[in-house]
Amino acid sequence: MKRLLSVALAITLSVSAVHAENVLRWASQGDAMTMDPHAQNEGQTRTFAQQVEDALINRQPDLTKVPGLAVSWKLVDPKTWEFKLRPNVKFHDGRPFTSDDVVFSFKRAQMPTSDLRDLIASVADVVAVDPLTVRILTKTPDPILLDEITTIFIMSRGWAEEHKVTVPQNYGNGEETYAVRHANGTGPFKLESRDPDVRTLMIKNPDWWGLKDQPHNIDRIIYTPIKNQATRVAALLSGELDFVLDPPVQDLARIESSGGFQVERAASPWTIFLGMDAGRKELLTSSVKGKNPFADIRVRKAMNMAVDVNAITQRILRGLGQPAGNVVPPGVYGYDPSIDVHLPFDPDGAKKLLTEAGYPQGFDVRLDCPNDRYLNDEPTCQAVVGMLARVGVKVTLDLKPRTLHMPRVQHKESDFYMLGWGTDTTDAHNHLSFLGLPTSIWNGTEYTDQKLFDLINGMASEIDKPKRDAMIKEASTRLREAYTYVPLYHPLLAWATRKGVKVPITLDNMPHFAYARFTN
Amino acid sequence: MSNQTAHRNYLWSRFRASPIAMTSAALTVLIVGGAILAPLLASQNPFDPAALNLANSLLPPSWLPGSDPHFLLGSDDQGRDMLSALLYGSRISLLVGFGAVIFAAVIGVTIGLVAGYAGGWVDALAMRLADVQLTIPAILIALMVDGLARATLPQETHDAVAIYVLIFSIGIADWPQYARVVRAATAVQKTLAYVSAARVMGVSSPRIVLTHILPNVLTSVMVLATLGLALAVISEATLSFLGVGMPPTAPSLGTLIRIGNNFLFSGEWWITLFPSLTLVLLALAVNMLGDWLRDALNPKLK
Repeated sequence: MKRLLSVALAITLSVSAVHAENVLRWASQGDAMTMDPHAQNEGQTRTFAQQVEDALINRQPDLTKVPGLAVSWKLVDPKTWEFKLRPNVKFHDGRPFTSDDVVFSFKRAQMPTSDLRDLIASVADVVAVDPLTVRILTKTPDPILLDEITTIFIMSRGWAEEHKVTVPQNYGNGEETYAVRHANGTGPFKLESRDPDVRTLMIKNPDWWGLKDQPHNIDRIIYTPIKNQATRVAALLSGELDFVLDPPVQDLARIESSGGFQVERAASPWTIFLGMDAGRKELLTSSVKGKNPFADIRVRKAMNMAVDVNAITQRILRGLGQPAGNVVPPGVYGYDPSIDVHLPFDPDGAKKLLTEAGYPQGFDVRLDCPNDRYLNDEPTCQAVVGMLARVGVKVTLDLKPRTLHMPRVQHKESDFYMLGWGTDTTDAHNHLSFLGLPTSIWNGTEYTDQKLFDLINGMASEIDKPKRDAMIKEASTRLREAYTYVPLYHPLLAWATRKGVKVPITLDNMPHFAYARFTN
Repeated sequence: MSNQTAHRNYLWSRFRASPIAMTSAALTVLIVGGAILAPLLASQNPFDPAALNLANSLLPPSWLPGSDPHFLLGSDDQGRDMLSALLYGSRISLLVGFGAVIFAAVIGVTIGLVAGYAGGWVDALAMRLADVQLTIPAILIALMVDGLARATLPQETHDAVAIYVLIFSIGIADWPQYARVVRAATAVQKTLAYVSAARVMGVSSPRIVLTHILPNVLTSVMVLATLGLALAVISEATLSFLGVGMPPTAPSLGTLIRIGNNFLFSGEWWITLFPSLTLVLLALAVNMLGDWLRDALNPKLK
């Protein structure tokens, strides 16, 4: 009897334990590249970082700015911003948060191995006025500084020094530091365990400063990358997952019709495109020697004309994407629909241009694509191979997981690559500078146009609005008409959740679980 | 001579008497024939990206509404005609299967003959090597070889040699089977009177092995090879399904199943069903044929 009682008690306890814990289990096709918040400016990596760390200014799901670790800010003079910091904030390891950590984090994000340094290129210095006040001094007036610093997550100086991670991980060299699998922030969730490509566990930070205003009921978050589309859907439908960030387009109808699940859709400020290396003397993966076909604008234009973006959005994305004509997507400041028009699909015209450029038989080149990053990236690339084959361009397709694909783009080892760009700042300058400037590691086109560079650099410090708008328009047009990119599509987001779990859709496609709720 | 003819007649009559053997053989001939004649039979070359058109993607098989009579078994997400893809895909699968079996048989038979005839430390070394090889699962070896090839070869080269990598990696995993059987048979044969007689007459060892022993062990090799073909085709499909085999631009049956797997939930069942069915039928037919051959050639079951 006693034994029976204890068994019953154990069952009751375990049942109540299950009820007490709200565990959010989610999946998407690929894992974050690192936990070091400054080493990689990549979507999934930042998604993980923003659960664990805060920036001075955070973003809500609709991307509007809200106070983060700074409670208020003001412009002291055109080149100086002053931030009042949130008092009584503690890092996950118990260390108090002060202005010194802000100074440290900004300096760290400006180091050569940081992937965020281009985002705060305008920052000349960050100084601590007192423990709860910092000033950011910019080289020139910066109209989008507040947008830019939403990407700079704040780390603890003491923790970084203790674990010898005061310098961001050198991702390109495959460096492994303590910060790759550990993190210490002030954010809503603590990183409990991290097994790259297998499982990541986060637990609620009961001392999070935001809990008062924004109480959430998520106790644990378990992330499992599931590359196979069918497996991901099966896991959701069988109840093993609560949230799938990237349900396959072909399965949305099935998920919605099976009851118990919902799919939320939204337009997103993203562009998926192909980049061509126009600056190299000779392509690395082509049998054309002594010259670079992509250096000729006629070839680049022909590549644009040969790709039927409407067929891609209708057939491969099943309508879950909008054909793109420019890398600047809708939803960011400076977007102009009149230049977001892809060149008309014209294989004959493309052939004629290739002949004019001296490639009547076409040429061969390798296309590098990720197979676990963007919406249907693999079939999209396959379709592009077919479309280019019809104008004589023989393309070898090289599909790699994102962790191998991204470095080859960053190291400019790719002649022809697929990439997508979301938004860090919700301003067109972000797209133009990362995809147009030669200093950006994400710009593999190696294309030189001094006028374009001047415009992009100029808009970074232009505070006269009409003038700046004109600069954005001119730069976008110049970049588009250089045809160094083949813009493909602006994806629509579709997030699938189990009913009873609400994950508000975040327009940059980076879920923010402090806004998620269990509703039953 | 007459003895061999009688043997052949005996096999043929047994074959005619076995409906399973006849059905299996017919199926095998159908699939192998289709694969060999693929360029003549297929309406499209599914390996030529220029032949594919997205406008024809995801068409259902011809007996369903919304289909196109040009695409008898429907089309996949890239507009590839499923029937053509099956014909060309089986071609790749069979090519890898035959290649791997021949590769494994040549290595295995050579090692088996040498080990069985020489005996002593040569035999011990060869058989321990085979033991070690057998402790590592075939698929693991194949994954390792393929991974190595992928790491060392650039993509352009890798796609072109993918088929050889597959043949090598599946074949290298299978040789111990042949080596063991041949070694055992050789060890028995070499004690028989005709071998002793040849030796006494001064025939050289290599000559004895090649002209006298080899023909007598070939029967068991043939049975093994037939059964091995089915296994090799399945190994190839497994590797391609895992994404380490044939590239999606030159799909084998396994690659087709992998692609189709993405459409399991969305209703486009034909992309995965037809390649799976072909694979099952091919493996089943060849296996049954191998089984029958083993029984028919087994003197104890006569």
